[in-house]
Amino acid sequence: MGAHPILTLIAQRIALGVLLLLAVSVLIFVGTEILPGDVAASILGQAATPQALENLRAQLGLNDPAYIRYFRWLGGVLTGDLGTALSNRMDIATSIWPRLKNTMFLAFWAAAVSVPLAILLGLIAVRYRNGFVDKTISGLSLSATSLPEFFIGYVLMYFFAVRLGWFPSVSTVYDTMPFLDRMRAIALPATALTLVVLAHMMRMTRAAILNVMQSAYIETAELKGLTLFEIIRKHAFPNAIAPIVNVVMLNLAYLVVGVVVIEVIFVYPGMGQYLVDHVTRRDVPVVQAVGLIFAAVYIGLNLVADIVAILANPRLRHRR
Amino acid sequence: MTMFKRMPIGAAIGLIVTVVLLFVAIFAPWIAPYPGSRVLGGVWEPASAQYWLGTDNLGRDLLSRMIYGARITVFIAVSATALAFTLGAILGFMAAVLGGWFDTLMSRFVDLMMSIPTLIFGLVVLSVLPSTIPTLIIVMGLLDSTRVYRLSRAVAVDINVMDFVEAAKLRGEGTRWIIFREILPNALSPLVSELGLRFIYAVLFLSALSFLGLGVQPPNADWGGMVRENREGIVFGIPAALIPAGAIAALAISVNLVADWLLNRTSDLKGGRGNA
Amino acid sequence: MSKELEFLSRMVAARKLNRRDFLGRASALGASAVFANSLLIGAARAQGAQKGGDLRLGLQGGESTNSLDPALWLTQVSQNFGSTWGELLVLQSPQDGSPQPVLAESWEASDDAAEWRFKIRKGVTFHNGQDLTPEDVAQTIRRHSDEATESAALGVLRGITDISVDGDNVVFKLDSGNADLPLLLTDYHLVIQPNGGYDDPAAGIGTGPYQVEVNEPGIRHVSTKYDGYWNDDIGHVASVEVIVMNDPTARTSALQSGQVHIINRVEPRTVELLARMPGVHIESVPSKGHYIFAMHCNTAPFDNADLRMALKLAVDREQMIEQILAGHASVGNDFPINQSYALFPEGVEQRAYDPDEARHYFERSGHSGPILLRTSEVAFPGAVDAAQLFQQQAQAAGIEIQVQREPGDGYWTEVWNKQPFCASYWGGRPTQDSMYSTAYVTGADWNDTRFFDEGFDTLIREARGELDDTKRAEMYREAATKVRDDGGLILPMFNDFLDARREEVQGWVQDPNHETSNLRAATRVWLDQA
Repeated sequence: MGAHPILTLIAQRIALGVLLLLAVSVLIFVGTEILPGDVAASILGQAATPQALENLRAQLGLNDPAYIRYFRWLGGVLTGDLGTALSNRMDIATSIWPRLKNTMFLAFWAAAVSVPLAILLGLIAVRYRNGFVDKTISGLSLSATSLPEFFIGYVLMYFFAVRLGWFPSVSTVYDTMPFLDRMRAIALPATALTLVVLAHMMRMTRAAILNVMQSAYIETAELKGLTLFEIIRKHAFPNAIAPIVNVVMLNLAYLVVGVVVIEVIFVYPGMGQYLVDHVTRRDVPVVQAVGLIFAAVYIGLNLVADIVAILANPRLRHRR
Repeated sequence: MTMFKRMPIGAAIGLIVTVVLLFVAIFAPWIAPYPGSRVLGGVWEPASAQYWLGTDNLGRDLLSRMIYGARITVFIAVSATALAFTLGAILGFMAAVLGGWFDTLMSRFVDLMMSIPTLIFGLVVLSVLPSTIPTLIIVMGLLDSTRVYRLSRAVAVDINVMDFVEAAKLRGEGTRWIIFREILPNALSPLVSELGLRFIYAVLFLSALSFLGLGVQPPNADWGGMVRENREGIVFGIPAALIPAGAIAALAISVNLVADWLLNRTSDLKGGRGNA
Repeated sequence: MSKELEFLSRMVAARKLNRRDFLGRASALGASAVFANSLLIGAARAQGAQKGGDLRLGLQGGESTNSLDPALWLTQVSQNFGSTWGELLVLQSPQDGSPQPVLAESWEASDDAAEWRFKIRKGVTFHNGQDLTPEDVAQTIRRHSDEATESAALGVLRGITDISVDGDNVVFKLDSGNADLPLLLTDYHLVIQPNGGYDDPAAGIGTGPYQVEVNEPGIRHVSTKYDGYWNDDIGHVASVEVIVMNDPTARTSALQSGQVHIINRVEPRTVELLARMPGVHIESVPSKGHYIFAMHCNTAPFDNADLRMALKLAVDREQMIEQILAGHASVGNDFPINQSYALFPEGVEQRAYDPDEARHYFERSGHSGPILLRTSEVAFPGAVDAAQLFQQQAQAAGIEIQVQREPGDGYWTEVWNKQPFCASYWGGRPTQDSMYSTAYVTGADWNDTRFFDEGFDTLIREARGELDDTKRAEMYREAATKVRDDGGLILPMFNDFLDARREEVQGWVQDPNHETSNLRAATRVWLDQA
C-alpha cells in the first residue's frame, strides 16, 4: 500500500458515505411504507369515494410486494430516473430540478453572508472577550436565534415589504427572471435565514477558539511576542477548526433541508414546500426521492466536515 | 459562595431571570391571576388593569397563559436537553476514546439518523407512538443527541490525542476515568456553549412539533406555540405574539449568560487564564 | 331561445332596446323574469368593463401535487385557475341559485324528469382550434361518471344511466326522476374538454376566456386571453396570474403592498384590521359551507340520544362565531341547510346555548368521565381554538370534554369519518337533496355522523322525485327536523366566504356558491387602470 494514509482514510470515509446513503435509502423506503394513510385516499382527499379510491389504487400498482418496488426504485434512481409523482403524474426529476436549484440558490446566498459574518463576529468576540462588544454580539445573535423563524419572517416582511416597500414580500422566482430581480426577491428570506443560523456558528467559533487559546502552546506563542490576531490565525484557528466546521456544516445542511417555514412565508418555490405537499398527499415516490436528496446533502456535508477535521489535525494525520 | 461575589453583572441578571422563571414555572397555579384556559374577554384585547398583558387569540388572559406556559416550556426543554447531552456527550466521548468499530458504527448510525429529514422522521414516530409529553421529551432528546454526539466526538477526538490523555492511558487508566476525568473537563467549554443554544432550540423545536400535531395538547401551550397561535396579529402590530417571543428571547439570553459565566468558571477550574 | 335573449340583452346594454321591451320579449320567449334580469345585469356590467391589464391573485390552497386534470381538482388554486381556461355546461346564478346556461344553451326534461336534453352551444372553439361538439360534452360527462374514474364528481353523477348525442343535443337518461340535474352539472370538476379529456386529461385545453401559458404546480399559474373566445361578457383582463400563497400573512402582506390584486381566505380575526388598510376592500359573502363537530350515532357514548342532545345544547354558537370567526358567520341549527338553499325550511326553532338543560340531558344519559373530541388545524380554520372554546362552554354544563389535537397530515384519512367525535367542515352542495344524499342517508360513503334512519331515507328519496315545490318544501322541513333533533351533527356556524381585493379591481360579483365569486373572480372582474 503505497498510498498516503490520509488518502486511504479519506477514501474510506467516502466509501462509508456511499454505504450510508444506501442504508438511508432502505430506511426511507421502509419509513414511507410504515406511514399510515393511503396514497390513493390522500390524493383524493375528503372528496374521495370508495370507488374512485379502488380505481386509483389499482392504477398505481400499489399491490406489488415492497422489496420488488424497492429494487425497481433503486434501479431507477441509479439511472437518474426518480419516477413519476403519483399525485399529478409529472416526472419527478424534471419537477425537482428547478426547485433544487432555487433551494441551492437561496442556501448559497444565505451561507455566503452568514458563514463569514459568523466567523468574523466570533473572532471579534474573542478579541474583545467579556467586554461590551462581546456581550452585544452575543446578546443580539442569541435573540435572533431564539425567535421562531416565522416570527422573524413576519417582522422583516412587515417592515421591509409592507411599511417601507423596499423588497417584495412575495419571493416567487422563475427561470426567466433577471439575476438582479432574483436577488431582490430573495433578500428577505435570505436575511431571515442568516439571522436564524448566525448565532450558532458565531458562538461555536468563539467557544472553540477560546478553548484553544487556553492551551500551553498559545502561551508559548504569546511569549514569543506574536500579536493576538497572528496567534489566532497561525495557532488557534487551525486547531479550533474541527468543531467550527462541524457546526458550519450542520447549519449549511439546515439551510438546504430545513427551510420549509421560510419558504411558505415568503412563497419561495424550494424543496421544503415540495416535500411537505407530497408528504401530505402520501406521494411516496416523491417523498423517497426528496428524502434521498436531503440525505445525500447531509451525508456529503458531514463527509466534508470529517475530512476537514482529519486534514486540520496534525496528530490525526499521523495517527500512531 | 465566593463564586457569586465575583459574579459579573450580566451573569447576575441572567441568573436572576432564570431563577424567577423557574419560580414562576413551579408555582404557576398560585401566581396566575386566572386559569390559563378560561375565555374571559374579546379577542386580542389590549393590556389593561384587568388583563396586564391583554388577551390572546381566543380572549384568554395572556399573562396567565404565559405563566402556565413557562411551566411546560421550561420543563420539556430542560428534560429534552438534559437527555440529549447525557446521551450525546457520553456516546460521543466513548466513540472518540474507543475508536475502531464502535466509533464507526455509532458515527454512521448518527449520520443515518441525521440524514433522514425531521419531517419524515416525525411523521413515522407519530404514527407509532402516542402523543404524550414523555414521548415528546424522548423524541426531542434523541433527535438532539445526534447533534450533540457529533460535536462531542469532534472535540474529544482532538483531546484524545493530546499528551496528557496518552499519559493517562499509559498509566493504565480505564475508559471511564479517561472520559470523565481527562476529556470531559477539557471539552466542557464548547459543550456548555452548545448547551445554551440547544436549550433554546428545544424550546423552538417544541413549537415546530406542535405544528405536526406531536406538541403539547390544547388547551395547554408552550411559549413557542403561543407565538404561533397569535402570529396573524404580528403584521398588524398586535403584541400578543411579541410577548411570548420576547419571553423566549429573554430566557435564551439569560440561560446563555449563565452558561458563559459557567464557562469562565470551568476554565478557572482547570487552570486556564480565562477569567477577566 | 337563450342565444336570442343574450343578443337582446346586449342591445339593452348598448341602449338600442329599452328594458321594458326586453322583458316583454323575454317572457314571450318563455324566460323567467329573474333569469331575464340576471342577463341584463351581466350585459350592463360588461358594458362598463375596462379591457386589459394583468390580474394577479394570491390564493391559499395550492400544492405542487396539483394537476390540470379537472377530475383531480380539490383545492382553490386548481379550481380558480381552472375556471379561467375551462367552462361548464351550466352555472348557478349568483342571485337566486337557479341554473344558468353556459356551454349548454338550453335544456328540457321529460315529464318524469328522468330524461334530459341539453342543447349545446354552437360557434365555440377549444384553445387548440377545434370546434366544441356535443360529442365532446358527452365524452366529458362519461369520463367523470365512469365507474373507473378518479373524478370526485362521480358521486354527483351516479344517477346517470345513459349518455347519448342527438343532433345538437346531449341526452341524459337517469335511473329515476331528478328535478335537479342541471344544478348537478354545475359541479366545478365538469369542465368540458376535447373528447372529454380521454386523450390527455391534464392538457389544459378548454373553451374558457383564457388559455394556459404557465403551469408550475404549487408555485404559480398564468393564462392569457384567448382570441377566439365566444362570450364578451366575461374575461376582461389581458392575463391572469394565480400565485400560490398558503400562508395567510403572506397573502395579506402581498395584498397590502399591491403585489396581488385579489386574495382568498382572509383570516377572520384580521379582517377588521385589514379593512382599515388603504386601497384594500373586503368581500364577505354568506355561504353554504359549515363547520361541524360530528358524533357517530352508532358508537358509544354517542349512541345515547340524551348525550348527543346534551352536547348540542352545550355549544354557545354566538360566542363561537364571535371568538373564532370574528362575527363573519351565521348561526347554525344542527342541520346542514341554510337560507342559501332553495326551499329552506323557515321557522325551525333555533337551538340556543343552555347549560342547565345540557346538564339535565347529560345527567339523564348516565354518562360519566371525559368525552374525547379530536380536532386539527386542517379540520377548519380555527378548529383547534373552536374545540377549546367548546370545552370551556361545556364545562359550564358539567360536561368534561378532552381536546386532542391530531396532526393535520392524515386527518382526513385517519380521523374524520373514522373516529366517533371530531371536528370537520362541509362545503355546500348545489341542492338540499345532494347535501343530504352525500352525508346523511343510510349507506352514503360520507355519512360522518353515522345517522341511519329509514324514515329519513325514504323522505329524501321521495322529495327528489317530487315536482310540487310546496310538498317538497314540507318534506325537507321534516328531514331537517329529524337531523336536528336525532342526528349526530353539531353545527354551530355557517362560515362566510372572506376574500379581499385591491380597490382597482372592479365588477366583483357577490356569489354564495363558492369562494372568490364562485371561483370565477378572475374572469368576472376588470382592472381600473385610471
